[in-house]
Amino acid sequence: MLSQEALARIDREIAKYPPGKKQSAVMAALRIAQEEHGWLSQEIISFVAEYLEMPPVAVYEVATFYNMFDLKPVGRYKITVCTNLPCALSGGEHAADHLKERLGIGFGETTSDGLFTLKEGECMGACGDAPVILVNNRRMFCRMTRERLDSLLESLRAESEEKGRR
Amino acid sequence: MLTLEIDGQRVTVEDGATVMDAAHRLGIYIPHFCYHKKLSIAASCRMCLVEVEKAPKPVPACATPATNGMRVWTHSPKAVAAQKGVMEFLLINHPLDCPICDQGGECQLQDLAVGYGQSAHCFSEPKRVVADKDLGPLIATFMTRCIHCTRCVRFLMEVGGYQELGQAFRGEHSEIMPFLEQTVRSEISGNIIDLCPVGALTSKPFLYRARTWELTRRRSVSPHDAWGSNVIVQSRFDQVLRVLPFEEESINECWLSDRDRFAYLGLDSTERLTQPLVKRGSEWVAVEWETALQVAVNRLNDVRAQEEGGRVAVLAHPMATVEELFLARTLAETLEGECDARLRQSSGRADSAREGAAWLNSTISEIAAFDGQWFLGSDLRRHLPLMAVRVRTAARRGAYLVAWSWVADEWRVPGLEWSLWTPATMGAALAKVALVVARRAGDDGALPRWVAEWAADAALSEEGTVALVQRLERCQRRRIWLGEGLLAHPQAAELEFLAGVVATRIGATVGWLVEGANAVGAAAVGANGAQSASELVAEPRAAYVLLHAEPEDFLVPQQAVEAFSRARTVVALSAFASASLRETADVLLPVTPFTETSGSFVNIEGRVQPFTAVVRPRGESRPGWRVLAALTTLLGREARFASTEAVRGAALREGWRERLATKPIARPPVGVPALERVEPAAVFRWYQTDPIVRRSTALAACTEEE
Amino acid sequence: MTTLRLGQMILKDCGEKSWRLADYEARGGYQALRRVLQEQWPPERIVEEVKASALRGRGGAGFPTGLKWSFMPRQFPGEKYVVCNSDEGEPGTFKDRDILRYNPHSVIEGMTLAAYAMGASRGYNYIHGEIYEVYERFEEAIAEARAAGYLGENILGSGFSFELYAHLGYGAYICGEETALLESIEGKKGQPRFKPPFPASYGLYGRPTTINNTETFASIPFLLTMGGEAFHRLGKPNNGGMKIFSVSGHVNRPGNYELPLGTPFAKLLELAGGVRGGRRLKAVIPGGSSTPVLPAAVMMECTLDYDSLAKAGSMLGSGAVIVMDETTCMVRALERLSYFYYEESCGQCTPCREGTGWLYRVVHRIERGEGRSEDLDLLQRVTTQIMGRTICALGEAASLPVQSFINHFRDEFLHHIEKKCCLVPREVQRAGSEIAVEA
Repeated sequence: MLSQEALARIDREIAKYPPGKKQSAVMAALRIAQEEHGWLSQEIISFVAEYLEMPPVAVYEVATFYNMFDLKPVGRYKITVCTNLPCALSGGEHAADHLKERLGIGFGETTSDGLFTLKEGECMGACGDAPVILVNNRRMFCRMTRERLDSLLESLRAESEEKGRR
Repeated sequence: MLTLEIDGQRVTVEDGATVMDAAHRLGIYIPHFCYHKKLSIAASCRMCLVEVEKAPKPVPACATPATNGMRVWTHSPKAVAAQKGVMEFLLINHPLDCPICDQGGECQLQDLAVGYGQSAHCFSEPKRVVADKDLGPLIATFMTRCIHCTRCVRFLMEVGGYQELGQAFRGEHSEIMPFLEQTVRSEISGNIIDLCPVGALTSKPFLYRARTWELTRRRSVSPHDAWGSNVIVQSRFDQVLRVLPFEEESINECWLSDRDRFAYLGLDSTERLTQPLVKRGSEWVAVEWETALQVAVNRLNDVRAQEEGGRVAVLAHPMATVEELFLARTLAETLEGECDARLRQSSGRADSAREGAAWLNSTISEIAAFDGQWFLGSDLRRHLPLMAVRVRTAARRGAYLVAWSWVADEWRVPGLEWSLWTPATMGAALAKVALVVARRAGDDGALPRWVAEWAADAALSEEGTVALVQRLERCQRRRIWLGEGLLAHPQAAELEFLAGVVATRIGATVGWLVEGANAVGAAAVGANGAQSASELVAEPRAAYVLLHAEPEDFLVPQQAVEAFSRARTVVALSAFASASLRETADVLLPVTPFTETSGSFVNIEGRVQPFTAVVRPRGESRPGWRVLAALTTLLGREARFASTEAVRGAALREGWRERLATKPIARPPVGVPALERVEPAAVFRWYQTDPIVRRSTALAACTEEE
Repeated sequence: MTTLRLGQMILKDCGEKSWRLADYEARGGYQALRRVLQEQWPPERIVEEVKASALRGRGGAGFPTGLKWSFMPRQFPGEKYVVCNSDEGEPGTFKDRDILRYNPHSVIEGMTLAAYAMGASRGYNYIHGEIYEVYERFEEAIAEARAAGYLGENILGSGFSFELYAHLGYGAYICGEETALLESIEGKKGQPRFKPPFPASYGLYGRPTTINNTETFASIPFLLTMGGEAFHRLGKPNNGGMKIFSVSGHVNRPGNYELPLGTPFAKLLELAGGVRGGRRLKAVIPGGSSTPVLPAAVMMECTLDYDSLAKAGSMLGSGAVIVMDETTCMVRALERLSYFYYEESCGQCTPCREGTGWLYRVVHRIERGEGRSEDLDLLQRVTTQIMGRTICALGEAASLPVQSFINHFRDEFLHHIEKKCCLVPREVQRAGSEIAVEA
C-alpha cells in the first residue's frame, strides 16, 4: 500500500514516542500516506490503522478532524489561500479571486486537467506576509502579488511537465 | 471523606466523588445527557451545569470533583439559566419529529425539554440534516436527531472493548459513525439503543411497532445463557414486542447482550407449535391434549414393556426451568430411564469424577476483582457476553489476563494475552504447565503417567510456561476458568484435572463457564446422570422424551437426528415444531417458552431467580411443568403440584448449594487416555444456542453478516 | 523577504542566514544552559528566577510562567513532559514562526532548561501544520543540538538527560488549546480535556506535563542570562520582559516587532510605518482575533501590556495586532472571524458546537442585508449562553469578537440591518484591501 521509503519515514515518526504509543504517529502516518497517494482513500486509512494497531474508525476520526487531510482526490497541486481577516485586509481575497479567474475554478474545485485544486484556508500563522499561499501542504509562498501568482502557476505547470517527461 | 452542601443539604461522599455523585446520594436530580454512571466522563453536553460558590462560571456536575465545604446549587437562577441555555442549543438543530420518533415518550431530550425548553425559539436558520448510517440488522439510525453526547462511542470503546463508532469531522459537521462501509459487530451493541438519550439510535426490529406507553411491562429472567440477566419484557395483546435490561448491578448491571435483547423475535416464529400433534403414518394430525397425552403415555409404556430398563432417555435443554427439569427427572425415574440436560457435553465423565456441580464458583461481582485470570477453551465474547464486560473491567484495573482459545475470535479485552490452540495442542500445553508446577512442588511423581506423555508434545517452551506461572503467581487473586469449549470436550475430565493440578499448586481457584440458562439448576435438581445427553444419543435409546430440545441443540446434531430416527418413540415437548422434530418425533406437545410460564432458573453463580409469565400461552400450548406432571401421573406416579413454587420447594431442597463444586477434579479419571486429536469439540455457534435464539430473524441476519 | 522588522532579544541579530547552532552560540546561545548545568543549579532556583521575571505566558492567556512551573510535581516518579505550543493559528499571530525559523535554538535551550527545572526527560514541540518548512528546519536544529551534546543523554556531561521531538499539526486551530494539543500528540482528535485535572498532574499520556508557548520558552535563556529581576525591568511591573508584536492588516510595514512590554501602541504603529495609504485608523484588535476589538481612539491611548489593555476592555493575548482602517466594513470583518470560529469549533460541547454556527449564520445574514431588528439582541444573548459554559476558551474566543464589534460599531450593524447595505461602499472596501506588498 505504501512504499518502503514511506514506511521508513513512518517508523521514524513512531520512534519519537514512548513504547506502546504508536498511535501518536497517526497524524504523521496519514500525512506521509497522503504525500505519496495525493489523498486519503478508505484503503489507505485502513492500512494506517492496521500499521499502527488502531481501530480504523479512530484513524478516520483523526483524518476528518484535521483539515489539511484530503478525503477526496485533489489535483497535482493543491493551492490553499488564506482569506482570514488579517490576510483579507491585505489582499488575501484579491489573490484568491485572481487564482479563481486564472484557473477558472472556485474553492474546492479542481481544474479539468487535474493539475490544480483551489482551497480556502484558515490562518496559517503568516499574517504579516499576506497574501499567503500554501502548495501541497508543504511549500508556503508569501506576499503574493498577481504577478507572483502568475509566475507561480507557470512554474508549477513547468514542474509538472518536466515530471511528466521524466 | 468529604462533606459538602448541595441545595442546602449536607452530604458526605468519598474522596474522588463528583458533584453528580454527591447529588445522587441526596436524591437530587441534575439534568444531563452525556453523563452515564457506567461510562467515562465526557463533560461535553453541558446540561449538568450547576452553580458553585466562589466559582466564576457554572461548572459541570458530572466532572467537577466534590471538595470539602463546597456549596452547590443545582436549581439556582444561575444554574437554571445555564441549563436552559444549553437546552436551547440542543434544540435548535434537533428535528421536531417527536410524533414519528420511536423514542417519543421515553426520550431524555423530550423530558428535559419540558422542564428546560421554551415553547418557541428564535433560531430561524436552516436546520442541520445528517445522513443515516448502517449499523447492521439490530440498530436503526436517525442521525439528524443526534445530540453528540458520544455515549454510544464511549460504550463500544469502554464496555464493548473496541471502538466501532467515532465522532468524525468536527464542530457542527460532527457525525457519529462507524468507519466507512463498516457496521457495528459488538455482541452487546443493543445497549447503545438504551444509552442514546434521543431517538438517533433505535431498535430496528421494534421500529414503528408500538408506542412505549401502549406496552405492558413485566420483569423476567433471560433464558439464553447462564448469566441470568434480568430483563423487562414488554408486550401488547399477548405479543412480546421488546426486551430491555432490568438493572441488576450484581448480575447484568444495566446491560443486556444482543442475544438476550433480540431473541424474543423467535417467539413469533411461524414454527410455533400451538396444538398437540400426533404422527399417524407419515402425517401429523392435530389432536386434543387428552388424546396426545394418552398417545404419548401408551407409546412410552409400550417401550417400557418391551425393553429392558434404562432404554428411555429424557433429554432437556438446559434452558428448561428448575421446575421442568425436576419433573423431567421424575418422569425419567418413572420410566426407569435416564435424564440429562447436558446437550453439548461430549461426556459426563468430568461431572462424575468431580465432587460437586460445575458453576462459576464465585459471585459474578467478584469476577472483576480477580487480578489474574486464565481462560481455557472459551469463546467468551459470544458464550457469556456480559462476563466479557466484567473481564474488561478487570483489564482496566490492570489484571493479568490470558486466554487459550480454540476459536479464532478475539475477545476485545484490552491487554488480554490471547492465543489460538487446537483442543489437542491445548491439552498438551496444559499438561506441560501441570508438569512444570508439579515438578517445582516436588510432587510430579504423583501425577499419572499420561501427563508427561501429553506434555511431551507441548508447543510451549519451558520459559514460556514458567513465565506464565510466575506472572499468575504475582497476582493476588488467581482464577482459572474452564470454558464451555473445554467442558464440551471428550477429554474434559483430563483437562480439568490438569487445570486442577496447576490451580492447587499456584493457589488459584477454578470456575466453570457452563452452558445454558439453567445448567446449574439442572445439576442442582439432579437432572443429570452418569452419561451426558450427547452420550445418550451416541448410544441410541429406544425412546426419547425431549424437553425444549431440538436436534440442532445437540453437540453433534446429526447424531441426534439419527438416534431419534431410529428410536421407537420420540415424544417432544417443545414450543416449536422444527423440520427436524417433525421428521423424527412421534408426538409433539406444545409447551410454553419462558414468557408464557412461571418458573425459575439457577444462574451460573448459583442464584435462584424465579419469574412469572409475561403473556398468555400461545394457542393450546401449556407450561412444560404441567405437561410433565400430567405425563408422570398418567404413567402411574402421582405428581400433582399446585404451582411452580410448590415444584420448586420439592426440587431445591435445603442444602442443594452444598452440591456445588469448590474444587476441580482431584483424582485423575480412570483409564489411560491418549491425547485425542479431535477437531474443536464445540465451536460455539453464535445465535444458534437455543430454539428461540435460532428463530430470531434479527440475530440470524447478524450471523449472515459475519 | 521577511516579516522580521525589529528584534531586540529573541529575534535580535537573527534571520534567514543566521539560525544555525553556530550563529546562536555566537550570539551567546546555550550559555545559560552551560552555566546552569556546570554550576549545578538547584532546579528550584530556575523556577524562582522565572517567578522574579514576572514572565507571563506569551501564547495568549498570560498566566505567570513561574507559577505554572511550580505546579509541576518535580519529585513525582516516572516520566514527566515539557511541551512547547507552536501551534500558532490565531488569526493575526505569526511570531512563533519567526522564532522557530530564525532562532530555533532559543526554543530548544529554553525547553531544555524548563525540563531541568521541572524534572522532565522528554519534550515535544507541536508545530502548526501549515509551516512545514519551519518544522523541517526545527528538526534540523534538534539534530544540531543533539550532535553538539545540548540534547539527549547526559547533556554536557552533567548527568541530566532530555530528549526533544517535533510533532507536526495538520490544520486544527483548536490544537493551540493546551489539552487539545496533548490529545493531538496522543494521536487523537484535538478535543480539549475538562480541567481539573490540569496537565501538571495529568498531562501527556496521563503524566505530569507543562505546556508553554514558543516565545515563552525562547525567553528563558535570555531571562536566566540577565537574571529574573533584570528581565522584569525590561517591561513594567507585573508585565515583565520583551514581547513580540505581530502587526498585520492596514499598515505599511506589517511584521514582527520585539518591544518592551508597556510600549505605547502609537509607537508600534509608527514603527510599522503607520496606516496604509495615509488613511485613518478605525479599529484595532490588539491581541489576536479572539480578543475584543478596540476603536482607534481608545487604542491610541493604550500601552501594549497585559494590564493596560485589560483596562481598556481587551487583552494583550498573543500580541497580534490587527490594524483596520476606515475602509474596513466591521460587519464583514466580524463575519469572517465568526466563520473561522464556526469552522474551527471541535464539536465537543453543545454551546460551542451549536452556538458558533448560529452566530456565524446571523452575522452572515446581516452582512448580506437580510438582518432583522432583533438580531443584535439575539447575538448578544447567544454569546452570553456560550461564554463560560464550554470546556475550553473557544466559546469565549468566538463570542468576544461578536460582543465587542457590536458594542463599538453598533451603528454599522444597524446600517446593514436597516439600509440592507454597507456603510462603507463595497468598492472602497475592495480598494482598501488591495494586495499591497512593498517593493
